[in-house]
Amino acid sequence: MLALPIPGFRIALPRGLSLGGQAVLGALDLHVPGGRTTVLLGPSGSGKSTLLRLVAGLLPVPEGGSVQAEDHAPLAGRVAYMAQQDLLAPWRDVLGNITLGAHLRGQAPDLPRARAMLAEVGLATGDQQKRPAQLSGGMRQRVALARTLMEDRPLVLMDEPFSAVDAPTRHRMQSLSARLLAGRTVLLVTHDPLEALRLADQIFVLTGAPAVPVAVPVPAGVPPRPAGDPALLAAQAALLERLAEAVA
Amino acid sequence: MIRGFIAAFGLVLLWQGFVWLTDVPPFLLPAPSRVALALADRWDSILHHALITGTEILLGLALGSLLGITTALVLVAWREGRRWLLPLLLMSQAIPVFAIAPLLTLWLGFGIASKVAMATMIIFFPVATAFYDGLRRTEPGMLDLAATMGAGRLATLWRVRVPAALPALASGLRVAAAVAPIGAVVGEWVGASAGLGYLMLHANGRSQTDVMFAALFVLMLMALTLWFATDWLLRRAIPWQPDSLLTEKVTT
Repeated sequence: MLALPIPGFRIALPRGLSLGGQAVLGALDLHVPGGRTTVLLGPSGSGKSTLLRLVAGLLPVPEGGSVQAEDHAPLAGRVAYMAQQDLLAPWRDVLGNITLGAHLRGQAPDLPRARAMLAEVGLATGDQQKRPAQLSGGMRQRVALARTLMEDRPLVLMDEPFSAVDAPTRHRMQSLSARLLAGRTVLLVTHDPLEALRLADQIFVLTGAPAVPVAVPVPAGVPPRPAGDPALLAAQAALLERLAEAVA
Repeated sequence: MIRGFIAAFGLVLLWQGFVWLTDVPPFLLPAPSRVALALADRWDSILHHALITGTEILLGLALGSLLGITTALVLVAWREGRRWLLPLLLMSQAIPVFAIAPLLTLWLGFGIASKVAMATMIIFFPVATAFYDGLRRTEPGMLDLAATMGAGRLATLWRVRVPAALPALASGLRVAAAVAPIGAVVGEWVGASAGLGYLMLHANGRSQTDVMFAALFVLMLMALTLWFATDWLLRRAIPWQPDSLLTEKVTT
């Protein structure tokens, strides 16, 4: 689907990052390898979303710091962003939401591809004319995923994308997105150790104040890993302990 | 809706009963039956004046809404202008319309123009503030999304902020539809040669209280029709907005 090799990128903040005089992130140098899924795990308020917004270009990079792709081309225009809320436009139907990017850039929407995306995320053809208000939380999240895929960007940033849906839906959405996003450079932020362990090729836990990412081992196997794997469950318990310490 | 009719009918019955029991003179409080007779008797003249007032209301509503929408858009799009325009906006409302009604009549004459101006002034403010408020309260995540999708400032305004603010604009327009008749009638009271306000003042001066009530009744009907028509149109135009005041949604 993507012809060019998918680049990774590097976030370097030699002096950390402060927002409004408050130190949010410590000095860090984070490498996100191309074509892999990197998960940033941390409790609420640990600065993980800030890091993501920095990469998305929604926050200015602080002085001395840099966010750079491995191929040295600018990141702008190569990043798709998926947030915790589905952020569907209530005034556009499902198809209109999937093609929102083209609409905002003033381009003609690629409707056949949008319909294909719709099927890809498991929505029926009859759903394409529905408005977001007529959809369940899980369906809305599927539309949001389809919209993210529709952008077809090599880099995908996800900010707790499945935390607003119930546990079974979350499980299904994780498997679905792991399958559909395979081969892209994904930076996923979450507070859920199970999600991190299922989806990640590498995991960083944000620890300390101000927070710095610390690498933790990842269980064997290819994402999405089965949630019942004993090694994964043991790792989940260990990660939970670690997160609890980080909060205390 | 049906309950509303029953409540209104009950009130009319009470009124009729009160007049019967107390034998109050008709120039103080005419019985509803007498008002109905006056309405039947004078319908051609009442209709003539109602049409004039209706025109003033609709023109005021159109102009005021247009002005309000434009003002809100300018306030949002032009950061520097905001500092100049916002105080002006507030000042325009600090002056009671009643106080400048005679001035408007002096400048624009006894005809329809001064009344349209008055209605426009009253309507403009709720529309401008409601829309401006809606435009400022776009979901921040939506703006982030638009930014990562590469939307320009203008595209973000037209394709995200404006549609997201339409339900807020709709509330402003509903308020506008409710207050629009006030502007027109105040204008007619201060100085006019036609319109329901003029008719009421005229009837009052001659102790034709029944005619006054008949005109009032027609004015009320017009105001109600205007409100329901506006509400219906807005719900048709913005189907995703929360339901209107009268249809309470059952939450599960």
